[in-house]
Formats: sequence, structure tokens, C-alpha cells
Amino acid sequence: MNKTTQHTPDPALVKQQIWKILEEVNDPEVPVLSVIDLGIVRDVVFNDYQYEVVITPTYSGCPAMDIISMNIRLKLMEYGYKDVKVKQVLSPAWTTDWMSEAGKEKLKAFGIAPPNPKQQVCSTALFADESVQCPRCSSYNTTRISEFGSTACKSLYRCENCKEPFDYFKCH
Amino acid sequence: MQSTYQLIKCTLHLADNALILSQRNSEWCGHGPVLEQDIAITNISLDLLGQAKNFYAYAAALYNGFSDDEKNATDHLIPRPWKNYGRELNEDDLAFLRDENQYLNFLMPELPRGDWAFTILRQFFFSAWQYDLYTNLIKSPDATIAAIADKSLKEVTYHLRWSSEWVIRLGDGTDESHARMQNAVDDLWMYTGEMFEPFIDEALAPDSDTKLLQQSWVNRVKNIFDEANLGMPVSGWMQTGGTSGRHTEHLGYILAEMQYIQRTFPNATW
Ligand SMILES: [Zn+2]
Repeated sequence: MNKTTQHTPDPALVKQQIWKILEEVNDPEVPVLSVIDLGIVRDVVFNDYQYEVVITPTYSGCPAMDIISMNIRLKLMEYGYKDVKVKQVLSPAWTTDWMSEAGKEKLKAFGIAPPNPKQQVCSTALFADESVQCPRCSSYNTTRISEFGSTACKSLYRCENCKEPFDYFKCH
Repeated sequence: MQSTYQLIKCTLHLADNALILSQRNSEWCGHGPVLEQDIAITNISLDLLGQAKNFYAYAAALYNGFSDDEKNATDHLIPRPWKNYGRELNEDDLAFLRDENQYLNFLMPELPRGDWAFTILRQFFFSAWQYDLYTNLIKSPDATIAAIADKSLKEVTYHLRWSSEWVIRLGDGTDESHARMQNAVDDLWMYTGEMFEPFIDEALAPDSDTKLLQQSWVNRVKNIFDEANLGMPVSGWMQTGGTSGRHTEHLGYILAEMQYIQRTFPNATW
């Protein structure tokens, strides 16, 4: 590879720009969220003249990781970054605490209840009904229909006030 | 060399358990008693599949980095068809090309899916085992094993909660559901002893004295059984063999179905 020393851009600036571009890459399963909102982008590093985006899966079996990796590379290519690597790491394990506040607002507007803070219910305690707010009418009078929903990250609730069912992005 | 051999063996064992139970549970897809629970059991399958994938990927990376001596020592665990491929070993090869006697999972996950009570109880026994084991593995000096355990434990916590609730619901439910749950206990109990034979390398999981793991598991089961009006079985004859590759007749059928495509069209991708 031909590396010109004259116009080497400042890596700090480039990294900043890459973070910005990644806001345009959406999660294929919850398209209203970007990978930044979701908190799965852990780092952007500059190593040996190559940029590397470090991502972590939400769940072990998340089938979207390969598509997300590809979408990240495609999006960066649009902006001229042709040689970016995407690396997947498992540790530290992803948590909904990393979801951005903007992301939580977007979820709610989309009709999905955003995750509660973690301390509430991520335990083995049985039949613990987490108080989840209905994203439509904001009532807390809701019932869990199923711990598991249409994707690994969601569970299914029903609002007893407005009678609508809704997805809850469960705390993890 | 002994330690790298133990490491890859334990890693495959953890992967095989997760994969085989995942495959079994996935048989419920479209057959669950109600839609929500159909979705729940297949979600659990997916989590287990992801855990298996992570462990297999690590086992493959270990093998690819082995010296010739280490590779020779591990040879009996490595899929034969792969040897003609002329490329590095990967996680798919380990899942789709190994023979029955190369699988190191317990017997319990490979048993036929049975009825809903059987499926639920097996998941509960298995998740309770995984929960304590992964809690220990998080402290493993092996960073990759620790990371996979850390990632998986959150999922296992959900599985354990969900299956515990169902054991109670069915055990403490109608006469019919209670009878079915009791049958499941009678059928499965003899497969639980195998989970507490020393197999996981001590160096890999510090503080994981199998006796302590078993005690914790028994306490957990007893608490749930008390609430479910189920009696704790007296310990009796326990089946064993899975971790040394001696399986029930059922594993062969699972593999035949699961491995069909890769056996028929080697290296197929889509
Ligand atoms: Zn509502």
C-alpha cells in the first residue's frame, strides 16, 4: 500500500468523524435505533494505518451481527473509508444501560417501551412483575404477557388502561 | 500440552451441551402450547445457539493455534471431513462435521423433546446447572471463557426464571399438569447425576468444586419443587457416558438431521 506522509489526516479527527457516520447505521431488527443509540459500538481505533470499529452483540445468538458489520463497512465506504475493519468482542457484556437517552426516546415514539434501569429486575426472582410504562398512554397499569418477544431483546406486554399490546425492550 | 487438551475439551463440552439442547428445543417451533411460549422456547434455543457458536469459535481458534504435538493429541475430537478442506478449522466444522462419539454433551439434552412438561423440566435442570457454572466461569483465568460466560449468564438468568415459573405453574396446576410434571421428574432424574461428575478443568473454573455445584443445584431444585408441590426424588442409579462420547441412540438422529446439508454439500454457504 502506498502511504503518503504529506496528507495523513489526524486520526483523532477521523475517529470523531467515523463515530458521527455510525449514527446513520441502523439496527436491522429495531430500525428506529442506530448502532450508536443501541450502545453496541464500543470503540473506534486507529492501528497500523487501518481503522477498526469494535462492536459487541446484544445477545449471544443475535442473528443481526454479521449484517450490522456489513452495513457499517458499506456506510463508511460511502464516505470514502474503504479499508475499515469491524471487530466483534464479547467482553464487557452489552447492557441496556449503554443505550443512549436519545435512543430511549426514539423507542418510545416508535411504540416500544424503553428498558428500565437495570437494578430493577435482572435477577432470578420469580414472578417479579416489573412496572413497565405503556409507550402509548404512559400508564403503569400493564401486564407482562410473555418474557420473550419477537426478537431476543424484547418481551411482550399489554396495557390494561388503553388495552393495547406493546413490546418492551427488556433490561439486560 | 495436557492443559491445552483439557481446555479445548471443556470448551467443546460447553458448546455441545448448548447446541444439542438448542436443536432439541427448536423442534417446538410452530408446535408450542400457545404462541407466546412457542416464541419463548425458540428464543431460548437461539440464545443457546449463540452460546454454542461462541464456544465453538474459541475451540476452533485454539486448535488453529496449536503446535503439531497439541494437534495430534486433539485429533480424535476433530471432524474428519474437514481434513480434506485445506483451510483453517471453523465453528461450523465443529458443529456440522463431527461424529456422534466426538460429541461431549451430557445425555440429558439429547433426549427426545417429550411433552411440554418434559421440555420445561429439562430446561430448568439445565439452566440451573448453567447458572452456577457460568457464575464460576466468569472468574476463569482464561479471558475468552470468562467473556463468553459473562455474556451468557444474563441470558441464562432469563431461562432459569422462565423455566422455574413454568415448573411451579404446571406442578401446582391441574391434576393433569401435575401428573405430567411428576412423570417428567421420574424420567429425567437419572440424567441429572452426570452434570456433577468432575469434567470441567479446575484450572479453568476456580472455586468450582463439583460437590458444591451439586449442592447449590439441589437446593435450587428443592426450593422450586416445594413451591410446585413436587417431591424431591431419592437419589438412585444415574446414567452417564456423554462426556466420554458414549451417547443414547437419540443423538445420532439429531445429528443426521442437523448435519444433513453440510454432509451432502460440503462447504455449502448461503
Ligand atoms: Zn396504554
